[in-house]
Amino acid sequence: MSPFWIDLIIMLIKVIVVMGALLGGVVVMVVVERRGAGFIQGRLGPNRVGPWGWLQPIADGIKLFLKEEFIPAQAYKPLYLAAPAFFMFIAFVTFAVIPFGDKVELFGRTIQLQIADVNIGILYIFAFASLGVYGIVIAGWSSNNKFSLMGGLRSAAQMISYEVALGLSIIGVLMVGQSLRLNDIIGMQTQYWSYLPRWNIFIQPLGFLIFLIAAIAEVNRIPFDLCEAEQELVVGYQVEYGSMKFAMYYLGEYTNLITFSALIVVLFFGGWHIPWIEGLNIHPLLLALLQVVAFVVKVFAFLWFFVWVRWTFPRFRYDQLMRFGWLVLLPLAIFNIFVTGVVMVLIP
Amino acid sequence: MELTLFVIFGAVAVASAFMVIVSRNPVVSALFLILTFFCLAGLYVLLNAQFIAALQIIVYAGAIMVLFVFVVMLLRTGKEARRGYRLIFQKSIGIIFVVLFLLLLGSITLMVSVTGMRGPYTAEAVRHIGNTQAFASVLFTDYLYPFEIISVLLLAGIIGAVVLAKRKR
Repeated sequence: MSPFWIDLIIMLIKVIVVMGALLGGVVVMVVVERRGAGFIQGRLGPNRVGPWGWLQPIADGIKLFLKEEFIPAQAYKPLYLAAPAFFMFIAFVTFAVIPFGDKVELFGRTIQLQIADVNIGILYIFAFASLGVYGIVIAGWSSNNKFSLMGGLRSAAQMISYEVALGLSIIGVLMVGQSLRLNDIIGMQTQYWSYLPRWNIFIQPLGFLIFLIAAIAEVNRIPFDLCEAEQELVVGYQVEYGSMKFAMYYLGEYTNLITFSALIVVLFFGGWHIPWIEGLNIHPLLLALLQVVAFVVKVFAFLWFFVWVRWTFPRFRYDQLMRFGWLVLLPLAIFNIFVTGVVMVLIP
Repeated sequence: MELTLFVIFGAVAVASAFMVIVSRNPVVSALFLILTFFCLAGLYVLLNAQFIAALQIIVYAGAIMVLFVFVVMLLRTGKEARRGYRLIFQKSIGIIFVVLFLLLLGSITLMVSVTGMRGPYTAEAVRHIGNTQAFASVLFTDYLYPFEIISVLLLAGIIGAVVLAKRKR
């Protein structure tokens, strides 16, 4: 076989594995979210289907498949049908540049454990994450329902407000790392100060905090789920969606959650890096495997954090949300850039 | 490969730009405009300008167009779209301008070389320095003055928006 075909096959395998891992992650998250909610609220949660309720997502999936396919009479049909598909597509595409492991030598070939090594990786993620909002806004508009429209409008305003803080919060990381390529950012973090790993969380604690808050707003979870807001808007933009179209939003939302957890891990917690493992003499393949496991563990730690936040905080009011985004997060992010710049000039 | 992608992106960009004008529904028009921006970003990637491509999507498709859609969604699209309003001699004036535009376009493509001059930043050079670095080094040295002027212009725009929004009725 020619190198082109081998590369193509390797690429296809990577895509299939990552897609499978993302879907598997969503399935696990459905259980973790529902049982976690039960745990936090002092009740049991769904524990009937399978051991510890692990088969609950499959039961949910079958239920959603069998529901009636319903299209509201007043809806603008082409966009109404396209919106959920677009939302899910964007959610999956965004993950493509996240590196989930170091380079691996296999059969004399170097394989990068990442689908696409783009030199502007972080901007790629921001570009596609910013497109995801159309899946919500268009759903809100095309459903031709007041609650939907309100949800879509809120979502559009919220996305724009928090994307600014989100984008500015990582400028500090980029200034320290001197690169937009996610592999370079992780490469920086594999170094040490005497014994402490040089993870960006220790260099950019404020940037991390802003990024974390803005990320919760970006994936539309409590306390920032204004576009769903069950008590005021029923479920906002999703009101008119049922069966698999609703399931697509569900999948897309959890995929976004996984992507942002992975992004936090990559930017601030060393990605796949395991501290102090370089001294131990481990077989390179085993090491690569351990690093992938470490990455998954770190991502799940943050996924659990998001679940924890969701079942702990009440929702913001809409004006509080806007005030907080523009008057607190944005100035803090700019302050962070300023301080980072001053420190970098003073301590070369 | 590159040519195929160029043809695909170019064709979709032109077609969706056409649909922006033709479609009756303003929301659909706005969405086709986003598709046009997306295809332009694809063309930038083909030109080895990934940084500009990402900015094109983040700023235009991801931020400015969200505001456009936000406003358009609030319009009562049903009636306005159907009624429309026409200027006198609308069609004849339109045809004259289209002919003039095509003549201009044709004369330019015939007289001037389309490929243009080659600058110092070839694909290899950009790959060597890094895409973002090459962009930044030009922006903050040769074009610093225009860059600062534009930021003052944007500031003026922001102040104007605040003044208009704060005005007492």
